[in-house]
Amino acid sequence: MRISVEEVFETVGMTVDHHFDIRTVTLGINLKDCMDRNIERLTRRIKNKITNKAKMLNEYADATEQKYGIPITNRRIAVTPASILLEPLDGKISTAVKLARAMDKAARDSKIDFIGGFGAMVQKGMTKTDKVLIDSIPRALSSTKRVCAFINLASTQAGINMNAVEKVGHTIKDLARRTPNGIGCARLAVFANVPEDNPFMAGAHHGIGEPDFSLNIGISGPGVVRDVVLHNPDCDLTQLSEVIKRTVFKITRAGELIGREIAKLMKVEFGIVDISLASTTQAHDSVAEIIEAMGVEQMGLPGTTAALALLMDAVKKGGAMASGNVGGLSGTFIPVSEDSGMIRAVKAGTLNLQKLEALTSVCSVGLDMFAVPGSTPADVLSGIIADELSIGVINNKTTGVRVIPVPGKKAGDMVSFGGLLGTAVVMKVPKKGCAKLIARKGRIPSPITSLRN
Amino acid sequence: MAKKKEPQICIVTVTGADRVGIIARLATTMANANINILDVNQNVMEEYFVMTMAVDIVESKIDIKQIRKKLDRVSKEMGLTITIQDENIFKVMHRV
Repeated sequence: MRISVEEVFETVGMTVDHHFDIRTVTLGINLKDCMDRNIERLTRRIKNKITNKAKMLNEYADATEQKYGIPITNRRIAVTPASILLEPLDGKISTAVKLARAMDKAARDSKIDFIGGFGAMVQKGMTKTDKVLIDSIPRALSSTKRVCAFINLASTQAGINMNAVEKVGHTIKDLARRTPNGIGCARLAVFANVPEDNPFMAGAHHGIGEPDFSLNIGISGPGVVRDVVLHNPDCDLTQLSEVIKRTVFKITRAGELIGREIAKLMKVEFGIVDISLASTTQAHDSVAEIIEAMGVEQMGLPGTTAALALLMDAVKKGGAMASGNVGGLSGTFIPVSEDSGMIRAVKAGTLNLQKLEALTSVCSVGLDMFAVPGSTPADVLSGIIADELSIGVINNKTTGVRVIPVPGKKAGDMVSFGGLLGTAVVMKVPKKGCAKLIARKGRIPSPITSLRN
Repeated sequence: MAKKKEPQICIVTVTGADRVGIIARLATTMANANINILDVNQNVMEEYFVMTMAVDIVESKIDIKQIRKKLDRVSKEMGLTITIQDENIFKVMHRV
């Protein structure tokens, strides 16, 4: 059947007027075959393997962008968790920092803006090397520009590793002190149930269950979804769910086509399409504005959780119908700094820590780009992390925290992180929290998965 | 005998204020690049010109990036909005 003029212009309108883009093409690279007992040999092999493929990634992403007329905003690399690569080495922090610098240089040499995977899976316990890696994060991230770190602190299978949660509270504070405005913390995400194929930074890595290479796509279209909601001001919520589903079906299909084509050109396996709605700082490319278009007066007011739950469910249904390869995070990001509607809501006082936490129980991915006063104690950060991760653990889903304690700033201050990372309002958080609870350490056991009320 | 190349079909869209010579100008641009026009669908709504054009670029002398550049020049000169995208993007988005 021929494509009608209306259909052609619908697609054109999505890209021209509503910022539909492929948010990221992320190539996962297995680096296990580069392992060595000598750091110089390890970094040399890593550099060769990454730069070789990353140059191809840029080249083919450019060609595909031209062919389909849909912008591919970011091209990124995710690698095997660095803690595994460090295991055979000497267990020194300086060695871990060397590895981070080698990853940074490989990314810079191949014109890749972010490389993910400087992280560890410690949901059950930490090896000696895992501890070294976590201890190295402040130095590693403050002396690099492109390296992103992740730590999986919890899972539904294992529970929450509170020893690591306690440690990470201090790591985050230390990292914040070492970088202007604490910006280094934008490159560190901690998770419960981290997906191994997530293409979005800062949490991207190439999990150990992945093949040699895997090409993953993150689509994004808050602007497109907002537009379709605005065009249906009077329909009931069942119909609204239908129109959102149909729109997400279309953008997921476009993402899969583009991902498969780049994978074929690069002669690597196609991995997944991540259907997360990811906001940008551009006007109207905002998840908060979708919620507001649905009929909530401002993001965070009563009705927000219900509206977000409907939105999220419709996005997943549309995406799952469009592609058998939906994976990664596939939720809705609600970053506090990167979404203009979210920033407005925090300023207006309708959105606070408590409401954000509630929202993450119906959407992914957690407290994201969440700025707090620099004086926030480490145990409060650990407490916020433990709360958020427990939502993920109990509900069998991914949740994460990317918190930025901004040195010298207090609640209500504005802080600009620049570029894609946007501007955040420093959120009000309590000065005291759960020092005794965090000091107990240990592991919160894995939850029972029946009796689910 | 050499095998005939698979067609590579793109959809060009043009919108803007109606004026003399839009189609002529586009057709000349396509012909100069050795691009075959397969189908044209055109309408004028309240002095607003809307057109879609299906073209086969497989025998084109220039690649899609350069075609896009040439069309950008036409769009600037004539005050139009012109896009070009591979046909498959429309097929995957609008057909189950």
